[in-house]
Amino acid sequence: MMYYIKKLLKFVREYKFVSILAPICIIGEVLLETAIPTMMGNLIDNGIQTGDYNYVYSMGARMIIMAFFALVLGALSAVFAAKGSNGFARNLRRGVFSSLTQFSFKNSDKFTTPSLITRLTQDITFVQQSYMMCLRMMFRSPLMLIMAVIMSVRISGNLSVILVAAIPILAAAVAVISLKTFPRFMEMLKRYDELNASTQENLVAIRVVKAFVRSDYEEKKFNKSADAVRKAQFNAEKLLILTMPIMQFTLYACITAVIWFGGRDIAVGTLESGALISFISYVSNILMSLMMISMFFVNLVLSAASVKRIVEVLDEVPAIADNPDCKLVVSDGSVDFDHVSFSYSDDANNLTLTDIDLHIKSGEVIGVIGGSGSGKTSLVQLIPRLYDVMSGELKVGGHDVKQYSLETLRNSIGMVLQKNVLFSGTIRANLRWGNAEASDAEIASACEIACADEFISKLPEGYDYDLGQGGVNVSGGQKQRLCIARALLVHPKILILDDSTSAVDTATDAKIRNGFREVLPDTTKIIIAQRINSVIDADRIVVLDDGRINAVGTHEELLRNNQIYQEVYYSQQKGVE
Amino acid sequence: MPGPMRKGFSKPKDTKKTLLSLLSYIGRYRFRMLAALVMMMLSSVGIVIGTYLMKPIFNIATNMFLTGSSDYSEFIGYVILIGCVYALSVGLSYISQRFLLVISTNVLMNIRETTFAHLQKLPLKYYDERTHGEIMSRFSNDTDALRELIGNALPNIVSSSCTVIGILVMMIVLSWRLTILVLGIFALMLLVTQIIGKRSMSFFRKRQQALAKANGYIEEMIEGQREIKVFGHESKARADFDVITETLRDASSKANAYSMVLMPIMGNLGYILFASTAVVGTSLIIADKTDIGTLAAFLQYSKQFGNPVTQISQLATNILNALAGAERIFNLIGMPAEVDDGVVTLERDGESWSWQYPDKGSVPLRGDVRFHDVSFSYDGEHEVLKHIELYAKPGQKLAFVGSTGAGKTTITNLLNRFYDVQEGSITYDGIDVKDIKKDDLRRSLAMVLQDTHLFTGSVMDNIRYGKLGATDEEVIAAAKRVNAHFFISHLPQGYETVLTADGANLSQGQRQLIAIARAIVVDPPVLVLDEATSSIDTRTEALIEHGMDELMKGRTVFVIAHRLSTVRNSDAIIVLENGEIIERGNHDSLLKQRGKYYQLYMGMFELS
Repeated sequence: MMYYIKKLLKFVREYKFVSILAPICIIGEVLLETAIPTMMGNLIDNGIQTGDYNYVYSMGARMIIMAFFALVLGALSAVFAAKGSNGFARNLRRGVFSSLTQFSFKNSDKFTTPSLITRLTQDITFVQQSYMMCLRMMFRSPLMLIMAVIMSVRISGNLSVILVAAIPILAAAVAVISLKTFPRFMEMLKRYDELNASTQENLVAIRVVKAFVRSDYEEKKFNKSADAVRKAQFNAEKLLILTMPIMQFTLYACITAVIWFGGRDIAVGTLESGALISFISYVSNILMSLMMISMFFVNLVLSAASVKRIVEVLDEVPAIADNPDCKLVVSDGSVDFDHVSFSYSDDANNLTLTDIDLHIKSGEVIGVIGGSGSGKTSLVQLIPRLYDVMSGELKVGGHDVKQYSLETLRNSIGMVLQKNVLFSGTIRANLRWGNAEASDAEIASACEIACADEFISKLPEGYDYDLGQGGVNVSGGQKQRLCIARALLVHPKILILDDSTSAVDTATDAKIRNGFREVLPDTTKIIIAQRINSVIDADRIVVLDDGRINAVGTHEELLRNNQIYQEVYYSQQKGVE
Repeated sequence: MPGPMRKGFSKPKDTKKTLLSLLSYIGRYRFRMLAALVMMMLSSVGIVIGTYLMKPIFNIATNMFLTGSSDYSEFIGYVILIGCVYALSVGLSYISQRFLLVISTNVLMNIRETTFAHLQKLPLKYYDERTHGEIMSRFSNDTDALRELIGNALPNIVSSSCTVIGILVMMIVLSWRLTILVLGIFALMLLVTQIIGKRSMSFFRKRQQALAKANGYIEEMIEGQREIKVFGHESKARADFDVITETLRDASSKANAYSMVLMPIMGNLGYILFASTAVVGTSLIIADKTDIGTLAAFLQYSKQFGNPVTQISQLATNILNALAGAERIFNLIGMPAEVDDGVVTLERDGESWSWQYPDKGSVPLRGDVRFHDVSFSYDGEHEVLKHIELYAKPGQKLAFVGSTGAGKTTITNLLNRFYDVQEGSITYDGIDVKDIKKDDLRRSLAMVLQDTHLFTGSVMDNIRYGKLGATDEEVIAAAKRVNAHFFISHLPQGYETVLTADGANLSQGQRQLIAIARAIVVDPPVLVLDEATSSIDTRTEALIEHGMDELMKGRTVFVIAHRLSTVRNSDAIIVLENGEIIERGNHDSLLKQRGKYYQLYMGMFELS
């Protein structure tokens, strides 16, 4: 645990000073506050005895001034704690996010997407709140407890014995309840997460639910889940609600006992009224502090899980090592696979690609055909080092891809993925992902080649049209074309298209490919497609089967000699005259 | 369809109405709630009375000292009394909390269930106009806030108010002079709370906004990791995030500071009250206008005073927030459900299906679907379909082609009554679809949509979704028909393999095969395929086509695809452009026309 805490605390950085000021102010506040009841006791006793109004007023004034200073210190500490903890949170958020951006897919496959999101959001918020609490409670309550006990003993050693009995009992009771409640709360959170996940699923798939008329079924499913949550919540909280009564009971029992024995002491003259009044005041302070300490511990324990989860992300070593200082430039678009094998799980018995040997010349148009799961996407993902090969060598521009800096390598490759992701913002901003300095003219010409210019010109705001979260404001085909334009703006040496015209009709598809040929003759183009007609005019076509290269050749050669190719071709051509 | 995104930061617009709705949910638990509240009040009153008893005790003790008496009987009596009163108060408080726990967890569950049930009845338009996040927050944030309200905030306010009022009353009884002092400082405390409260509200809102923005950004970036890498967008993403986190830090710092500063301020104002009371009280004692017992009780009251006041002010904002959330939930529940004034139901007797009129008898279901001069618009302005005339004979395969946005998916949305036509009508075996009960209409169609949407559960359960009562054999038979059986049986747990997150552990093609099997299990008279097979490689698709041919016997099929190979074997091809039918016929006749279809088809061979 200490390791985790130390690692996180490194993010406090420039907020160290402010973070230290907070407890210092609190200490001041507590010292002032604990002095007040004793002064009050003296005021009353001496005041009544001497009947000296001046004494009463001056003591009173002193107390009020002290309280005022305590107020200022307390307020300051709140401000400092807020500043310090939020600064810490900001640095932490940036640190975790930065780690995330350096992850390769291997790293992020380890955590799931929702889990990563939670770690960056809720977990950090939780840790920040704990930090804030620590800066104040960690110092305030224990100090208050100690000071109040000291002051009480000074007033009356006999009465303090009552406290000696009460404190351990209360502490033990609260500890037991907290320990027992914790697992129940975890259970409740789990059920709650399940409920949310399945509700989310239902929302996303509402069309399917309605189409299959499954509303009743979904309702029953939901009700069952909601009931489970209710039970778990009840189970957890019925223990929790015991804490307050136990605390109150102890408090009032103490007060009653103190009044009894203290009252007797007053009756026989060994104690004065003012002193007893201030003693009672300390008793409630002591018990309150105890409660705060226990709540604080519970909070710490609950945040331990979050702490761990955050550090896990920080500790993750990026699987793809970068060479950021390497000045090597990608000279051309040649790609060479030298007996490359690859497995997502690094398992030689579970290879996704086996012994791939393929040599692509710069400027070639290569088509890739194969069944579902034959390894097409895996193959091309190796080129920009989204994953690293397991064995063999992969070269781009004549050098091993591992030699280049990732920035240089990826800047020379333009990729359109199977799932097209756009981001909230304007069309223009999204396209600039390909090239942050692209001029409007360049953007327009890329959109022309991608056949996206037509629909953009029909939009009222044109290139400034907002795409909405995840690009929700445009259709599937439009998204694809925008993604192609985006990749074109990279001015890549190698352009990779992974089934990227599936939502576009054949005529547009042909037009786009034509555009590539005219405008990017020197760019190596690797096209993965389902339709033979998308790759029919490629210089060479690679047929993949079960992670291996089945054949490489032109359309005519493959049609003549390759069985798989023939099957696919004829099934697509059924019925042609 | 895309729509505007709503941002909602609202205070309750109609508090009264919301409270009444809330009360109706508590309805069943009315009496227990009342009992709980009464017990809370009694408990608060008890504590106040207990503290009052300090007065006689102190006075008796002091008297005994002054008179040298050793008769403790009266003293002990009062001490026992104070002990009992306190004990009773604590007990009542606990019992009422117990009641409230039961009530709040149950009410919460009921509201959740009602909300979910109603959600199922809402038309698709509702879903189109909102983000998932927005709807989800009804179930999470808003219901949580509600629970806080019922279980915590409301009872707390009741008990705190009682305590404050009780203390005030007792104070007046004890010493009106000291009470004036207390009220003076009390007014100061209220003023401070008001000022801080108002300013913190605006910072709180800013913080919520900054937090939502940060979380939204994080989500997008994590979902788009691939893109970030491919485009080397890492440093820009970090730079953008730096700006977002700084804004968040600023807003959150201020919001936190304001909310935390209240406690020390109120606490120390309490001490000031304490000190002032001691001064004035002692002076009064010296002047013989009051006694030590009064002062002791008063001091204890002044200590107990600050806390409930702080509670009330903090709870007030919680309550407003919760009521705003409750309002959103009740708004959802109050939304009009999907209109369904159909009367005709579906009857199935083994292999034969029929439409049943409530009083007129039945019409056999043959799968004759016609569009009569149908025009439709999603938003009321932009016409998506114009004067569509279609005639699908029973058992025909009808294919729809056209560019994106031409209206193909819309036609299937209308068939299913996901939306209703504005002009014209759609008939099914001669019956206007508006006259058929929606559920029954949908049961007669099976759809395979563009997005697969599989659920968390086993493969078997997912396929069975099409027909809940299907036996395992029926499910496996369906899987075999679409040639999914092979890959399913090779999954780690076969048919019992649990799919997660819309089938993330399968490939696109495999997901679609399961979605198709799901539709097949229904064994429906009408089948609709919406770009279903575009992500399956043609080899696998060829395997499916064999199975599909069998299944299409005696069924009407609507196919929407970009792939002309799919469309080539259809009985009739409908070419759509800009919401209108521009060509129709079969493959051969359309090619002869040398029209749009010819263009689309020839696009394939342009380069060979």
